[in-house]
Amino acid sequence: MTEHFDAIVVGAGPAGNTAAYTLAKAGLKVLQIERGEYSGSKNVQGAILYSDALERIIPDFREDAPLERHIIEQRMWVLDEESYVGGTYRSADFSKTPYNRYTIIRSQFDRWFSQKVRDAGALVVCETTVLDLHRDGHRVVGVRTDRENGSVYADVVILADGVNSLLARKAGFHEEIKPRDVALAVKEIHFLPESTIEERFNVTGTEGVVIEMAGKITKGMVGTGFLYTNRESVTIGIGCLLSDFKKGGVAPYVLLEQMKAHPAIRPLLSGSEMKEYTAHLIPEGGYNAIPALYGDGWLMVGDAGMFVNAVHREGSNLAMTTGQIAAQTVIELKAQGKPMTARNLSVYRRRLEGSFVMKDMKKYKDIPDIMDKNRQFFVAYPQLVSSAAHTMLTVDGTDKKSKERAVFKSFTAARSRLGLLADVFKLWRAFE
Amino acid sequence: MMRIEEKLFQNRYRVDSGYAHIEISDADICATQCHDKPCTFCCPAGCYVEDPGGRVTLITDGCLECGTCRVICTEYRNVSWEYPRGGYGILFKFG
Repeated sequence: MTEHFDAIVVGAGPAGNTAAYTLAKAGLKVLQIERGEYSGSKNVQGAILYSDALERIIPDFREDAPLERHIIEQRMWVLDEESYVGGTYRSADFSKTPYNRYTIIRSQFDRWFSQKVRDAGALVVCETTVLDLHRDGHRVVGVRTDRENGSVYADVVILADGVNSLLARKAGFHEEIKPRDVALAVKEIHFLPESTIEERFNVTGTEGVVIEMAGKITKGMVGTGFLYTNRESVTIGIGCLLSDFKKGGVAPYVLLEQMKAHPAIRPLLSGSEMKEYTAHLIPEGGYNAIPALYGDGWLMVGDAGMFVNAVHREGSNLAMTTGQIAAQTVIELKAQGKPMTARNLSVYRRRLEGSFVMKDMKKYKDIPDIMDKNRQFFVAYPQLVSSAAHTMLTVDGTDKKSKERAVFKSFTAARSRLGLLADVFKLWRAFE
Repeated sequence: MMRIEEKLFQNRYRVDSGYAHIEISDADICATQCHDKPCTFCCPAGCYVEDPGGRVTLITDGCLECGTCRVICTEYRNVSWEYPRGGYGILFKFG
């Protein structure tokens, strides 16, 4: 491998695949390197696919992409030990084509995407780990792989190597990730007959349901749980800040087992067959944790650049959009005959600032800090809301006025009147 | 409650015999300086086990390649972490 490429893309997740696809479509000579047996074999996600980002890359993706269910119902549950209080939004409008979001199974979806990358003309090499970046002074000029004579060179290297992004760390572009900037999520996939899923979740055809969960299931840690319906399986998972796991208390797989045993969740999994257990770090540090995204001869996209909107559970769409904008930047510089210097590549960052990617990241920049410092949102409130519902919904001869007083008292006792107001203000500030 | 071994049993791996992609750099640091040993309760695959003598042993066969151990060892930076060689390690069936 001593050929010279216009661009090398490291990694074959949504960011890397989008970048490689976009570059190859424009006629650039592209090499994509993936360490897994095939593209997708190392990738983990919940997983929800947002149509919009992919439509802007492959408009007719629905024709042959492996999609599971389109989401028509979103449930939000706040769980106590034995109960939950929840909200649901379901609309038949979500069953009108084109569908807005789908559940997907990443190993299948990524393999499909990878075929599109090959069809577009990129050279995709799997089972190859990139060990280091080759540099000429400051400039990145290629990569060193674990293949024999495995050095390969290009005008620009796009780092789409995921949350751990060892390459940027080894090269000294980035510091080590802080435990408070990532969530550790563990997940299982459980198989059930299609008809059982339809009955259990009140859906037909390819309709699907998403349940997002918070509360006692995270044992006071900042985090959330989820359950997504696929065609013949459901995925169930839970993720919390790694800095919280580090304080001790409960191992991630025990946390998942306890969540599965919750009386509201257990029946949803009844009779299922668990076929895979996975774990993944999710970059949740937000805007303030975004590292350097470009330099002489390199660009960074997707999880490696911390592009996750934790509040809205968006990540793969940001990965695709950053991959696309990075590729477009390279294509334009190439067309203008300009070198891939940090100065020229800075256009990438400027374009991100103008797109929804950075606008959303900025909007929620204070959320990680607020959640970290205000544990009441994960501990006290779920309990208060649950016991309030229990009080109001239990018919026991107590008059309703007295019940209301008891509920109000429980809130002020836990948080004080000023505390309640402050919490509302904090949330308003965080989400405004 | 399902044990971690039973969970990992469902996964598909291609183990790179004789080559561990993660190593504890200096085992004495874990034994004598690190009291909390967060790797032993944070690793989602239970790869790190503390023996009765306080030493930590690492067996990477069940590794899910998440990076947790690398990120949490903030005080001692005692985990030498690389990805497995190309094609080896966890091979997600579903992901």
